Amino acid sequence: MATQLKPVDVLLVGYGWTGGILAKELASTGLKILALERGGPRDTSPDFLEPSKDDEIRFAVRHELMQDVSRETLTFRNDSKQTALPMRQLGSFLPGNGVGGAGVHWNGVTWRFSPWDHEAHTRTVEKYGAKIIPEDMHLQDWGVSYDELEPYYDKFEKTCGVSGKAGNLKGQKIDGGNVFEGARTNEYPNPPLKQTQAGAMFDKAARNLGYHPFPAPASNASQPYVNPDGIAYGQCHYCGFCERFGCEANAKASPHFTVMPIAAKNPNFELRTNAAVQKVLLDSTGKKAIGVVYIDARGREFIQPADLVVLSAFALGNVALLLWSGIGKPYDPVTHTGVVGRSYAYQASSGATAFFDEKTYFNNFMGAGALGTNIDDFNGDSYDFAKYGFIGGGGIGASTSGGRPIQGRPTPPGTPRWGLDWKKATARHYLHTANISNQGSNMAHRANYLDLDPTYRDIYGRPLMRMTFNFLDNEAKLMKSLADVCATIGKEMGAERVDARTNPVPYSIVPYQSTHNTGGAVMGDDPRTSVVNKYCQVWDVPNVFVTGACVFPQNAGKNPTGTVGALAYWIADALKDKYLKSPGALVRA
Amino acid sequence: MGDDKSVDRRGFLKVAGAGAALAPATALAQKIDPPVQTHEAPARAAMDHAMAMPAPAAAKHDSLDGWLFFNPDEVSFVKAALDTLIPADPTGPGAVEAGCATYMDRQLSGAYGRGARLYMQGPFAEGTPQQGYQLPLTPADLIRAGIADVEAYALATRKARLRDLDAATRAAVLTEVDQGKAQLAHVPAGIWFNQFLNLTMEGYFGDPIYGGNKDKAAWKMIGFPGVPAMYADMIDEFRNKPYTGATRGIQDIA
Repeated sequence: MATQLKPVDVLLVGYGWTGGILAKELASTGLKILALERGGPRDTSPDFLEPSKDDEIRFAVRHELMQDVSRETLTFRNDSKQTALPMRQLGSFLPGNGVGGAGVHWNGVTWRFSPWDHEAHTRTVEKYGAKIIPEDMHLQDWGVSYDELEPYYDKFEKTCGVSGKAGNLKGQKIDGGNVFEGARTNEYPNPPLKQTQAGAMFDKAARNLGYHPFPAPASNASQPYVNPDGIAYGQCHYCGFCERFGCEANAKASPHFTVMPIAAKNPNFELRTNAAVQKVLLDSTGKKAIGVVYIDARGREFIQPADLVVLSAFALGNVALLLWSGIGKPYDPVTHTGVVGRSYAYQASSGATAFFDEKTYFNNFMGAGALGTNIDDFNGDSYDFAKYGFIGGGGIGASTSGGRPIQGRPTPPGTPRWGLDWKKATARHYLHTANISNQGSNMAHRANYLDLDPTYRDIYGRPLMRMTFNFLDNEAKLMKSLADVCATIGKEMGAERVDARTNPVPYSIVPYQSTHNTGGAVMGDDPRTSVVNKYCQVWDVPNVFVTGACVFPQNAGKNPTGTVGALAYWIADALKDKYLKSPGALVRA
Repeated sequence: MGDDKSVDRRGFLKVAGAGAALAPATALAQKIDPPVQTHEAPARAAMDHAMAMPAPAAAKHDSLDGWLFFNPDEVSFVKAALDTLIPADPTGPGAVEAGCATYMDRQLSGAYGRGARLYMQGPFAEGTPQQGYQLPLTPADLIRAGIADVEAYALATRKARLRDLDAATRAAVLTEVDQGKAQLAHVPAGIWFNQFLNLTMEGYFGDPIYGGNKDKAAWKMIGFPGVPAMYADMIDEFRNKPYTGATRGIQDIA
């Protein structure tokens, strides 16, 4: 029997970057705000202190900070002819859990998506004509342009203390920065991180080849920094334990020490941890949310009424909540109707491993999550992708995020996996290998989607979400072409041997690839092809908003968090300036 | 505090220049870093030596002998298999002397081995390789069943237990398992082998606090300096140069 609780004004489901930003930004409204987080609390001290924090087995191999799939997981298949089976252990992607969510264990790479990314359909048709878009591809505009989001990108960069170098300041192109980026109002809040040997060699090789290298934008503070909210950052230690780990120095931006302490000062804010939201409750019309049901650590069920519900969980969790709640029409790939679960996308990545002589030391263990040198010459519409036979592109770079020895021991192709020859090759190449990677965009396709599984259930008895996904022709070509670019750069760097590679085709849920899961609740200007409008407000249920990468209509060749953070600030302003003054649909369908 | 101040062996060889690499590596190793002196011995002898000799001073592992999961027959099998997967040689330690059996034993006896963080609800189906692990077996169940299977396979095809075969024959047996050519009675050969190999590598390259990577010898072999890692002031100094700092594990700092 569920216990009925006192109503709140604003309910945040999931307490990571976007929930934290909204909790902080909405404090000024004086409304009663409640955040429900399925996982537990944690903080830099005592949870991420040295030396226990630098434990590859505990955090990187056994996934201590990640979602526990024995409790909640999803099922997976490559296409709708197969029977989906449960993801029984983590692999391809690593959703977070607990306060801070994936914002605690990300690397800190903080891009702005390009103007093309936000208006991919319009700009592609303008340049190439509508015929270039394959029939099975959903290429869509976001409903919000880069120019509209620019102040919010700026705000998130300042929150995070991003270290980088502008390449387009108010339209003026600056050598050494990313000349392909959209126009910025301001320089990055911190100068770039130190360049590594891999970065320096990549920089030189890319320039030799006529490209435009620049330091990757990093939410790893290159110097001590105080953000506009008065939050102090330490300088990055370059410890190489970033992705999958908390940061001991508060040098890697994370919501737990930035936006959340500010939100917590608001007497009208409350956080309940170990509170697993089961679904959003709708009134009898189905057009209005009246609250949520959640289950606490002891298994007790509660009904929490609320006037406004924001789904601020991870991308996959938000889509599952929409499906469990019956909000929006589920996508049907056969009739090609419905929207929830439509346009799930990922990251079509590839690269090249460059093996060098023993005199070249990369010392990759001296790294930082987002430490790298990149080019965007093959990203978005920086180049003529039509010539290559696909739509999209990718960011290419040499990053030095760490040298964790269990998971990063490159050996040349043909090396055995064990035995004396394996050992010899491992010892020979560990310090002398650079990785050039392409992080490719992933267009949305009809055949790739999320819905509910007919067979498998989570510990609460809910159907698991079912992922139907493959790398289709567009992405397979992209991965191959850009792997070749990576290999060319590796050779120009002077490698003895270069080994090009792509993500597995067909897509496999087994090897780790990326936690950039996108789509399923996409934003747009047409309720027939999007779940939420340009303010991330659900078309069908206007008092529900959705944050996170699930609103991306297709994924860019960039890490998503910069855009996720900017959108959270954008949504906060839409709520404060528009919705809360006059609740109702902000865009007429 | 272990050997904080010692120069790691591989780093020393690099610093000493190309000529040093031609000198007997083990002689250098003995002067600098006693724990890796068994490298010169043949693999089996090294293993016996490691088991028979008293521990070097301050090696914290050695107070932790004893088995939590494996029975004596399994210990023999695991050591024979580990000695085949990563034999000792002058490049670096073998998996046995590194303590990988201890690592594996503790992992399998604990939460991981018993299937924590593994979704174990049915129905179970084989699925495609892209769908990943689908067996109704915890890691402990899988490793135990596979050990019995591989032992039976060795007896059937080589008329001896794995531990009683010579190194080349042991390698041949495990290659057949690795490549899925061996038909095992209960578990899929390739899946079992991957799991066994993953655990081996975790023990070999993981922090010594888990019972493997004894004396951080695997880290020293490749040049990984361990924890805690504060390189803000060193990243410029050691750009394109061998790092000469200490190799430290969690126990050295805690």
